[in-house]
Amino acid sequence: MGRINKDKIKNFITMNAIYIVLVCLIIGIAFIDPRFLSIVCLRDVLIQSSTRVIIALGIFFIILTGGVDLSAGRQVGLAAVLSASMLQAPTYLRRFYPDLPQLPLWLPILIAISVCLIAGFINGFIVARFGVPPFIATLGMQVIIYGANSIYFDLPPNNSQPIGGLNEAFTELGTGTIGQGLYSIPYIVIIAIVVAVIVWIIANKTQFGKNVYAIGGNVEAARVSGINIAKNLMVIYAMAGALYGLAGVLEAARTGGATNNYGMSYELDAIAACVVGGVSATGGVGKVPEY
Amino acid sequence: MSNNEFILEMIKISKEFPGVKALEEVTLQVRPGTVHALMGENGAGKSTLMKCLFGLYKPDAGEIFLNGEKVEFQNAKEALDHGISMIHQELHCNLFRNVMENIWLGRFPLKKFGPFKFIDDRKMYRDTKELLQNLNIDIDPRAIVGRLSVSRIQSIEIAKAVSYDSKVIIMDEPTSSLTENEVEHLFTIIQDLKKRGVAIIYISHKIEEILRIADEVTILRDGKKVGVWPAAELTNELIISRMVGRDLTHRFPPRENKPSQEVILRVEGLTSPLFRSFKEVSFDLHRGEILGIGGLVGAQRTELIEALFGLRSIASGKIYYKGEEVKIDSPIKAKKMGMALLTEERRATGIFPVLDVLENTSIANLQKYVKPNKLLDEKKRRAEGKRAVQMLSIKTPSLRTLIQDLSGGNQQKVLFARWLLTEPEILLLDEPTRGIDVGAKYEIYSIMTDLAKQGKSIIFISSEMPELIGMADRIMVMCEGRLSGFVSGEEATQENIMRLATQFMA
Repeated sequence: MGRINKDKIKNFITMNAIYIVLVCLIIGIAFIDPRFLSIVCLRDVLIQSSTRVIIALGIFFIILTGGVDLSAGRQVGLAAVLSASMLQAPTYLRRFYPDLPQLPLWLPILIAISVCLIAGFINGFIVARFGVPPFIATLGMQVIIYGANSIYFDLPPNNSQPIGGLNEAFTELGTGTIGQGLYSIPYIVIIAIVVAVIVWIIANKTQFGKNVYAIGGNVEAARVSGINIAKNLMVIYAMAGALYGLAGVLEAARTGGATNNYGMSYELDAIAACVVGGVSATGGVGKVPEY
Repeated sequence: MSNNEFILEMIKISKEFPGVKALEEVTLQVRPGTVHALMGENGAGKSTLMKCLFGLYKPDAGEIFLNGEKVEFQNAKEALDHGISMIHQELHCNLFRNVMENIWLGRFPLKKFGPFKFIDDRKMYRDTKELLQNLNIDIDPRAIVGRLSVSRIQSIEIAKAVSYDSKVIIMDEPTSSLTENEVEHLFTIIQDLKKRGVAIIYISHKIEEILRIADEVTILRDGKKVGVWPAAELTNELIISRMVGRDLTHRFPPRENKPSQEVILRVEGLTSPLFRSFKEVSFDLHRGEILGIGGLVGAQRTELIEALFGLRSIASGKIYYKGEEVKIDSPIKAKKMGMALLTEERRATGIFPVLDVLENTSIANLQKYVKPNKLLDEKKRRAEGKRAVQMLSIKTPSLRTLIQDLSGGNQQKVLFARWLLTEPEILLLDEPTRGIDVGAKYEIYSIMTDLAKQGKSIIFISSEMPELIGMADRIMVMCEGRLSGFVSGEEATQENIMRLATQFMA
């Protein structure tokens, strides 16, 4: 009896290690500063991690296939700068485009997300068609995107000044809430939850999702099973790009500005989140964590 | 309980897993200087027994004696230190390093230089050379392992076992990837080891081999020992009936399929762009026919059918499917046309080890479950998966069991299920019964015959000649990439297949 109980406890600890560590951390931090356990603080943690969650959900599919995307953070930065540059209040003095009329909110957002989607697609194309290892291909993309972003950011009259004075409708997206006061729910958290649900459905309920798991589980067997590896990879990377784009837009909206250094090394947080959350770095194993 | 007549004794070993009695009072006694075959179907408990010996599992009851002394190993390293080593079916070598480094890994000979210690390369080279010479293995100790053939890598592993001064060497399916010549070489080495007093526990499904090489045979069935017999008293049929527990009067199901006159697939002058691959291969495949492809390893049979499935490119030649010329340049196209391929390397290119039985079964057929809203019809997928599992009597605890936890035979049946769900017209099977036990083999044969009866056509490659003769309506024999001739199933003998298989050899 004694031995079985011991085994059971051991098993429970290994299966739930991550939650146990989390609880210990929370208890530890609360002990040092009891204010950590306040609703305000937890709400802040949720708001700040929302964009990271979206990036992690994008990179999730890539890691499932056994790949990695090092360009994620820089894509976030590009999307932030692109959307912010086109969404400054008309009354603001140092505008990126001095003569730009006020655009509808959706247009710059769509442009930023599309640009990242294309960057992601190029990643996928290089990985799938030329067989370049994802590490190398996306490392190159990381540098290219940062370079492009810096050039754009340095265009006159901006000359590498932080972009600020954003349109109120835009910042509302990042800081606004449903309801008022302590128990209000930030839009940005809702967006992250919606994205998580959609990604969960795609991963578990669609043919595409099953194909991703299969490619990660055994790419040769997937090829023999008649799965179009190249097409699936391109879709995966492009989709991830779109999600980085969304995260970048929200990051600009949340902070009320953007510079070309936004998003730097966010990919490492996202990769860590996936791996800690149980996605096997060698591919094929992992579920969307329930945020 | 024990005496020194035996070098290794495992007495009344029992091991229970939740819900399964994997071993029940199994006794294995091995004499020095003999080959002791351990036989049984997959799941009979052979590997559990070996894992108990190496301390990977802790037996619930029973004792192990080595040279009359009671031992209890905690891990494989301890067993190795006591002179017990195992040659695994999958070889564990560092392919990027050379032979001697692989053999002496972890215990390199060292030389002192002041306060420092360096690896003594010269001594290592000499020792390796001597070791290999003693075993009549002709390999340069400095050769990179990855450039050697499978059989040579295996002999390196044997040499490594000998270098540990092993008294007991366990060989798990050692011939599964060897050619006939290489098997001969292995047997010479085994004879040599016997003379040195080494005991060999030989695990294999190949009865012909066991009858040749083994001195004694222990047979397990369902976790129990059926008995131990001197190999000389056994025959093919006796072994099978004792392993299966019933009389298998026929190794093959009766041929009930009737090939029709209709040609479903015609291949004309198919030639690979690679110089040493298949050349000018032409044949017809009829509806409802089982066409066997025979030949030696290296005859380019796998390459040929992988080209038919669009996995390899073709330099010239034509393929007609139902009378129309087709170009098959990808498995996607082949699948759409109604072809299915079970590859030779089940682990490498067949199963998705980390996915469960249902996912493995449905992966090639997902588009049939896509609902108008683009989501998968989970109910239908599950129902069809379940039906396939029942139809092929796949033994699995549930659809959610990971396929890597099933036996080889059941994994193979899952792959059959995967392709049967796509309702193919032509099945290409590459060594469909490789590494599968006798009972499961019969089931695979029955599945093949049933399919042919339903009017499906089958091309299957096999290196086991009895299997070709027993199953195929027609046998097409290849030699060094060229087609050397056809033999009908009735006329086929091992001799005439062998003659064709070596026809173009210098």
